[in-house]
Amino acid sequence: MALLEIKDLQVKYGVIPALKGVSFSVEEGEAVALIGANGAGKTTTLHAISGIVKKAGGTITFGGQDITNKPAHEIVGLGISQVQEGRGIFSNLTVLENIRMGAYLRKDAKGIEEDMGRVYRMFPRLEERKSQVAGTLSGGEQQMLAIGRALMARPKVLLLDEPSMGLSPLIVETIFRTIKRLNKEEGMTILLVEQNAQMALYAARRTYIMETGEIVRSGLSKELKNDDAIRKSYLGL
Amino acid sequence: MKFLNDPKKKKIAYLVLLVLLAVFPFVITNSYYLHVCISIGVYILLATSLNLVTGFAGQLSLGHAAFYGIGAYVGALLMLNFDVNFFLAMIASAVVSGLFGLLLGLPTLRLRGDYLAIVTLGFGEIVRLVFVNWAEVTRGPLGLPGIPSPSIFGFEISGRTAFYYLVIVLVLITLFVMSRIVNSGVGMAMQTVKIDEIAAESIGIYPIKYKLIAFVVAAAFAGIAGCYYASYIAYISPTTFVYNTSVTILAMVVLGGLGSIPGSIIGACILTLVPELLRFMSDYRMLIFGALMVFMMIFRPEGFWGASKRVKNIYKIKAGGAKNGSDSGDNQRHD
Repeated sequence: MALLEIKDLQVKYGVIPALKGVSFSVEEGEAVALIGANGAGKTTTLHAISGIVKKAGGTITFGGQDITNKPAHEIVGLGISQVQEGRGIFSNLTVLENIRMGAYLRKDAKGIEEDMGRVYRMFPRLEERKSQVAGTLSGGEQQMLAIGRALMARPKVLLLDEPSMGLSPLIVETIFRTIKRLNKEEGMTILLVEQNAQMALYAARRTYIMETGEIVRSGLSKELKNDDAIRKSYLGL
Repeated sequence: MKFLNDPKKKKIAYLVLLVLLAVFPFVITNSYYLHVCISIGVYILLATSLNLVTGFAGQLSLGHAAFYGIGAYVGALLMLNFDVNFFLAMIASAVVSGLFGLLLGLPTLRLRGDYLAIVTLGFGEIVRLVFVNWAEVTRGPLGLPGIPSPSIFGFEISGRTAFYYLVIVLVLITLFVMSRIVNSGVGMAMQTVKIDEIAAESIGIYPIKYKLIAFVVAAAFAGIAGCYYASYIAYISPTTFVYNTSVTILAMVVLGGLGSIPGSIIGACILTLVPELLRFMSDYRMLIFGALMVFMMIFRPEGFWGASKRVKNIYKIKAGGAKNGSDSGDNQRHD
């Protein structure tokens, strides 16, 4: 059974349907991407999983447990951490404080210390800037901080919402290399939402394509990458 | 203020300040000056407590005077009708005000920003109207006269000097509690709620819990201030606990610097002192005062002592300024 299973998920903003019955699954240790244009419902899907938006129908199961109607702060405790679109770092707090706050729900001081070392090894730039106020970091560094902070909760699944947003191509590459490494070397389960299809297909093993609140295609990333229709409409090749 | 970064020198500075405060009534015997100092003390209690709600938890409250008033009335009624000792009455004031903070908080803290401000404003008005109209208990607009002075072990605290020392003790206790709260994990969680509620939720913080803690603690300390004030002035009436007072307290917090305890202290000092100093201008003083506040907000929008001056936090590192984040001070400590 898949670690994260979404069945017929529906979300409405007022009367307007944002998700019209989305179903997909993420296996343990897998990296999965949702790609699609603006307004396809990618972010809404992530928000529904992490409990930020109310669901109009469908179920979400995580590790066999129904989490459809759990509040956001409890879902984090179960092991689902989300890195928000636009990063959502605490701009007035220092880098170190941001990272530490990521471990808010944990009590094991030693484990927290270890994980801080792990985050610093992954993003040495954050260690250099640990006493700096997070709002003064560059966009790329803020994205690193957001990912590092989410990892501090020791999640079983990491939800990433548009990690490429507003970043220069070079930084986007660095971030995605890290995401891939996180998945391949540390076995972190990742669900990634992205407009940058090329990067998403690079990092994820499987990819779902969304259009106006529905999943229209899915498959292994390496196959989708070579599909003509997808190359045309999503990769611009 | 660079020397304050050295903890040893900081301790000495605090000690000197404390001694100065202690000998003040012996040097300055003018009772008007003492009265101004006591007013500053009361406003420090009110401003630092509101700062917890508005500055740290980021919730705009326009009804702080209501908690101040509830504390004053509860304390006064207990002392007048039931001969309760001042210190017990003060605890009761804190508890009752805190409960009202909880009552107001529970349904409203799901609201954000402007909406919360409107509800707290309404709450302030309701409380004031209750003071005015519940005449059997509060004597309405006539107010409650003859509130007794505190006594401790049969020794009565009366006269301005005694009240001056009492308010200093209260201020010290409040500052101690507040700084413990804001420099703890609870304080950090409050700040995350203020900065980005969704991000706070995404790391597992339940925002309403921290907003409620802030509201209840702030209301309780406002209640203490109210009880003290009732005993000091010996007479209370609804006119003290009006919307204007709430706004004045809020102005102290904002002008001093949101999310900064020294800021609230400075704000309380300035906003109490300046109107007194401008008394010679009689009718024009509020005009000048208003203009000063406008200029202040234009040229120092962060307040006198904003949160960017924060150097202490639970992780014991230098936080640096908002503008120059990589503040590579030579006394930077890492852990």
